[in-house]
Amino acid sequence: MKYILRKLIYLFLTAWSALTIDFILPRLMPGNPAQIMIAKYKGTLGPQALQSLETAFGINVHQNIFLQYFSYLYRTVTGNFGISLTYYPSTVMSMISGAIPWTIGLVGVSTIIAFVLGTLIGINSAWKRESFISNISVPISIFFNSMPYFWFALLLEYFVAYLLGWFPLTGAFSAQMSGFAFISSVLYHAILPATTIIVTAFGGWILTMRNNMINVLSEDYIAFAFSQGLPEREIEFNYVARNAILPNFTGFAMAIGFVISGVLLVEMVFSYPGIGYLLYQAVIDLDYPLMNAIFLFIIIAVLIANFIADMIYVLLDPRIRGE
Amino acid sequence: MYYLSLIFKNKKSAVGICIFLFFTVIAIFAPYIAPYSPTYMGFAPLQASNWKHLLGTTVTGQDVFSQIIWGTRVSLEVGILVGFMTTIISTVIGLISGYFGSTIDEVLTAITNVFLIIPGLPLMIILAAYLPSRGMWTIIFVITITGWAWGSRVLRPQVMSLKKREFVSASIVVGERSSHIVFYDIFPNIIGLIVANFFGSAVYGVLSEAGLEFIGLGNVNAISWGTILYWAQNDQAMFSGLWGWLLVPGLLIALLGMSFALMNFAVDEITNPRLRKR
Repeated sequence: MKYILRKLIYLFLTAWSALTIDFILPRLMPGNPAQIMIAKYKGTLGPQALQSLETAFGINVHQNIFLQYFSYLYRTVTGNFGISLTYYPSTVMSMISGAIPWTIGLVGVSTIIAFVLGTLIGINSAWKRESFISNISVPISIFFNSMPYFWFALLLEYFVAYLLGWFPLTGAFSAQMSGFAFISSVLYHAILPATTIIVTAFGGWILTMRNNMINVLSEDYIAFAFSQGLPEREIEFNYVARNAILPNFTGFAMAIGFVISGVLLVEMVFSYPGIGYLLYQAVIDLDYPLMNAIFLFIIIAVLIANFIADMIYVLLDPRIRGE
Repeated sequence: MYYLSLIFKNKKSAVGICIFLFFTVIAIFAPYIAPYSPTYMGFAPLQASNWKHLLGTTVTGQDVFSQIIWGTRVSLEVGILVGFMTTIISTVIGLISGYFGSTIDEVLTAITNVFLIIPGLPLMIILAAYLPSRGMWTIIFVITITGWAWGSRVLRPQVMSLKKREFVSASIVVGERSSHIVFYDIFPNIIGLIVANFFGSAVYGVLSEAGLEFIGLGNVNAISWGTILYWAQNDQAMFSGLWGWLLVPGLLIALLGMSFALMNFAVDEITNPRLRKR
């Protein structure tokens, strides 16, 4: 219970930090971005939008900074992120909720595949240290790990989609389709972006799993299991891998952060209509309300994913439950 | 000397060091290696690879090969500087938090955990988008701010366990000052971790810089591998058949990242004998 409580406290602490970063940044920067925006959008935005911009960024407001902060917290917690400048008059909230399912689908599926694939190869390459897979898996994963995601995406786009024409260049679905045809076009469009994420993410899982396995292999109880004459498969998975996988769950925080960062860039390359592509548009168009809200949403998503990983960890490791 | 010979006996670190030296030479002698000035715009635009322009020319008539040679400097500098700054911050915080414990430790650990969970790139994007200037130092600052937490998280427990060892207790009993204990007793024992942290951060720096510049959040007029890719994407190099413009900078980024990662891996193997080949 104490463990869960501590995790919850961190969850709120981090969410609050992200909120505060969003509040402070526009106010900290010299050359107030809000003034630039207002000047830029003077002709195109209605007075109502301009006013919401002014309150959101704290200019021309006769309120002190603390009141501004609390009204900002209140607005955000109640889900009022204001109006998007580029997609005026759509609200930021509607833009984001349109993009989120695409990203969650892409990230969810490819993260799970990368995790399972990487962990299995990691187990195998630690178990058979002299095998072919073991020898090539380490240098290859190091290379994949230090390769820029977006560059690999660009190469796939050029060679597989453009030159060979096997897959669509950009987008997430074909227009004017419905039912089954629509679903298959969604899957078809997702293959290249998902491949990029899987290929660039599973190297890390191989390396950490391999290292953990090797550390566990030199424990005394493994030697004991061997001397008892247990079947090798059982030792490999039930004795070694089961213990070696634990640190991978605590490392999940880092991993999901990397995957999210990678996904943002991959979506930009493939013009995939998820959060990353929306963020890219927001950055290009200096759409600060949209940018701030996307930042918050990404962090909250990561926090939730982490919390789930922590809870799975409780189920896997009895030592934590005992505390 | 013993460690030096270990480093060169280890195949991974030897390869890593060779790649790294190769890039260092290119960066230092860029003006002599590059056939043309990287900013000169007088060539016929969008040429495919030929003997005069090995990797073709850009939309504005610049020689891609010369740009890539000059771009080595920025990537190398950013990698090394981010490595240094990140390592310094995470070492200081890890040492303070692990050595002094109590309230300081709790506050620092909380900050570290928050930075650990916040994903790097979104934070970098939002910081870089708000910052007024977009030079190399802005990028280094942004990457360092988002990247130090992992190092402290790794160092802290090591420092805590070292503090309980006899030789540290002995120093405390003798009445040595904290600074003496930290620098003479604890520091030498965590050097392996610190070096590994440096290489890991350098990889992170090289990749993050390329990513930020690719989005257009760097100085797009500077010459670096990230901005070369940015222009390649913006000017649709792909559809003009200029594959070299796209392929080579990314490959070099991956190789530079890999050389740091290989050295990191070797440090791991040297400090953790279990990982060595039996």
